[in-house]
Amino acid sequence: MNNQLVLSLISGVFISGIAAYLGTLMLSRKMSVIAEPVAHLALPGAALAIIYGFDLFLGVFPFTILGALIIWLLERKTKLPIENLAAILFASSIGVALLILPIEEAEEALVGNILNISFYETIFVILISLIIFGIVFKIYNKTLLLNVSEDLAVVSEININFYNFLYLLSIALTVSIGVYLVGGLITAALIAIPAAISKNLNKSLIQYKLFSIFFGTIITIFGILLGQKFNLQPGPLIVICGAFIFLISIIFKKSN
Amino acid sequence: MIQKILEVKNLNVFLDNEKILDNISFTLNQGEILIILGPNGAGKSVLLKTILGILPYNGQVIWANKFKISYLPQGLNQLFFKNLPITVKDFFNLKNKKFKEDEIINVLKLVGLDKDILNKSIGNLSTGQFQRILIAWSLIDNPEVIFFDEPTTGIDIGGGETIYSLLYKIKQDKNLTIVLVTHDLNIVYGLADKVLCLGKKGHICFGPPAKALTPQALEAMFGMELKFYKH
Repeated sequence: MNNQLVLSLISGVFISGIAAYLGTLMLSRKMSVIAEPVAHLALPGAALAIIYGFDLFLGVFPFTILGALIIWLLERKTKLPIENLAAILFASSIGVALLILPIEEAEEALVGNILNISFYETIFVILISLIIFGIVFKIYNKTLLLNVSEDLAVVSEININFYNFLYLLSIALTVSIGVYLVGGLITAALIAIPAAISKNLNKSLIQYKLFSIFFGTIITIFGILLGQKFNLQPGPLIVICGAFIFLISIIFKKSN
Repeated sequence: MIQKILEVKNLNVFLDNEKILDNISFTLNQGEILIILGPNGAGKSVLLKTILGILPYNGQVIWANKFKISYLPQGLNQLFFKNLPITVKDFFNLKNKKFKEDEIINVLKLVGLDKDILNKSIGNLSTGQFQRILIAWSLIDNPEVIFFDEPTTGIDIGGGETIYSLLYKIKQDKNLTIVLVTHDLNIVYGLADKVLCLGKKGHICFGPPAKALTPQALEAMFGMELKFYKH
C-alpha cells in the first residue's frame, strides 16, 4: 500500500466518522436536510481555492460558516421551520455556485479529491475532526433534550441560542472537511446515510451512534479502495456504497 | 407550621402586545397541591411558564427560597420518540446530571414500573407507561416543587389508577409541593388543596376548592361549558 493511499484512507476515515456521528444528531433533529445547502455554499469557496491555488478548507470554511450563520439568524428572526429555510438557502446557494463556479475546473469542488490529499491536509483534517468531535460530544444530550421540548431545556438552564450556534458551527466544520472527501455536491450524504442505516438497525442511543460511525467509515474505505482500483472518483463511489447498504438495512429494520 | 414558598402579586403578562394574564395574585404553601383551572386559552400554561421564568412579566414572583424545581411542559408526547432509537435509560441520561442505574430503578419503582423497562425503546411503550416514565423522569432529581402542565387528562394508566391518584400518592410519600394545570373540573375537588381559576377575562377565584368554586366563579370561567358539567 503506498503512502498516498494511507493518507487518503486516514483522512477519509476521520471525515466520514465525524460526519456519521454528527449525522445521528442531525437525523434526530430532523435536520439532515440543512447539510445540503451548507455544502452547496461550499462550492463557490472551493472554486476560489482552486482558481487561486490556496487550500481547499480555507476557501470553503468562510462560506459554510456564513451559510450556518445565515440559517441561525434566519431561524431566530423569522421563526420559520428549518426545512423551509433550508429550501430557500439550497436554491440560493446553487444559484451562487452556478454563477461563479468555473465548471471546467470544478470537478474537485463537486466530487472531492481525497486520492490526492497531502500530508499537511491530512493532519489538518484529523485536528478539525477532533475539534468537531469535542463540540458534538458536549452538546449531544442537551441538543436532544432541546428537541423533546424547548421549555424543558430552558428550565434545565440550557442556553438554547448558544447550543444551536455550536451545533451549526459543527455542521459548517464537518461540511468543510467533507469537501475533501466527496466534494460540495454530495457531502450531505456522508451525514445523512450512515445515521439512517444505523437507525434502521438499532434501538438504543449508544448503538445508534457507534453503528453510524462504523458504517460511515466502512463505506468510505470501500469507496476509496474501489476508486483506487478502478481509477474512478471515490466520492460518488462512497455515496453509492452507502445508499446500497441503506437499502439492505431496510430489510433488517427494527421497529422501534 | 405552614411555610409559604411562592408568592405571586399583581402579575401581568403581555405576549405580542396582547394581554394574556391580568393582575393575578396567589400564594403557594409547602406540601400543597395547587390546581390552576380554566378553559382553553385562559393563559394557564403562560402562567406556569411565567412563574418558571421562561416568559417576561410585570408584577412580582417571589420565591421564599431557592427550591429544586421540576417541570413537565405540555405536549411532551411519545411521537417524538417514535423516530428515535432511545431507550428508557437513554432518556434519563439526557438530564443534566448522570444517574446511577440503581437511582433510576428506584424512581421507576415509585411510579410502579419494573426495571425490565430500562432497555425498552420509548417509542414502543404504552401511553400509560410513557406517562409514568415522564413522572419518574421529573422525580429523579428529588425536586421539592413539581410543575405539571396538563398531563393527558384523566388517562387511565393501568391498575385502575389515574395519573392524578399516582401523583397524590407520591406527593404523600415525598412531601412534594405540586402545581398542576388542567381544564378538567372533575379532578379538582378530590385532589387540590387550593385552586386558582383563570377565565378568558382574567383572574376569577383563588382558595380551597369548596370555597373558591362558587357557581358564579364556575359560570364566569366556563360559561356555556358549565351546562355540560351540570347536566
